[in-house]
Amino acid sequence: MPHDHHDHLSPSGHPFRKDNDEPLTYWQTMEIAIRELLIEKGVTTASEIARQVDAMDARNPAMGASVVARYWTDPDFAAALLEDASAATRQMGFDIGPMKLIALPNTPMLHDMVVCTLCSCYPRNLLGLPPDWYKSRAYRSRTVKEPRKTLEEFGVTTSKEVEIRVHDSTADMRYIVIPNRPVGTDSWQADRLAGLVTRDSMIGTGLPAHP
Amino acid sequence: MHRVRVRDYMPPGHVRTPAYLRGKTGTIERTLGPFPNPEVRAYGHTGDPLPLHRVRFTMSEIWGPAAERPDDTLEAEIYAHWLEPADAT
Repeated sequence: MPHDHHDHLSPSGHPFRKDNDEPLTYWQTMEIAIRELLIEKGVTTASEIARQVDAMDARNPAMGASVVARYWTDPDFAAALLEDASAATRQMGFDIGPMKLIALPNTPMLHDMVVCTLCSCYPRNLLGLPPDWYKSRAYRSRTVKEPRKTLEEFGVTTSKEVEIRVHDSTADMRYIVIPNRPVGTDSWQADRLAGLVTRDSMIGTGLPAHP
Repeated sequence: MHRVRVRDYMPPGHVRTPAYLRGKTGTIERTLGPFPNPEVRAYGHTGDPLPLHRVRFTMSEIWGPAAERPDDTLEAEIYAHWLEPADAT
């Protein structure tokens, strides 16, 4: 009910957000100082920074979804993705920068899920920015300790027969889960299949949509 | 698969080995890299290239009886200097 939280909504219906009148934190100050120095010394320019922000904002889960759909439909690509996910993804035309990617294929007996307990490592160069919960202490600490309970709260019930494998992105690699192809999609082409692949199914906290 | 134990020590500074895995034994799933040691790069040094191992642990090894399902697994990337042979004393 939209009016239940009346006090927290602006007149236009958006959630209320306080003006950021607080003084800058130490790290905000440091970021601005370093950015200004880089520009002043001619290492980069303000418009180059803006272009990079745009490039990052343009990355989104649909890119990963097309990788997954191609994995399901193109056995040669599937083999190449397992061998070297960064190279296979670049070959599809995605600019993933220097990212080192590993593809984790689920099977009927194995469910993979990804977390970064130390910080918030995420395959941003393919999937775009991570969801806020991915960076929360709750997700980061609970996923390694009680992945099944965590999955249940995401609405994913996994049978006791199925092994859960948690991948903690502790260092240089980034991970994309390849969910199981939904049943009843045998005749589907990659484009249509990609529409079933959700962001969470590539983190391992969700499943693809039903056809 | 090659069995290894994560070194059980708590050095100060920027480390990429989570505390919950220290002292735990697992098997090397694959070896990556070499990549420059991030624990040194964090302080502005170049960092020697080191092998990076993906180590697979069972949940019972990590959490003991508190594991939800003992033979569920967890994999993490552990730099070579954090690992010792599992039979070391």
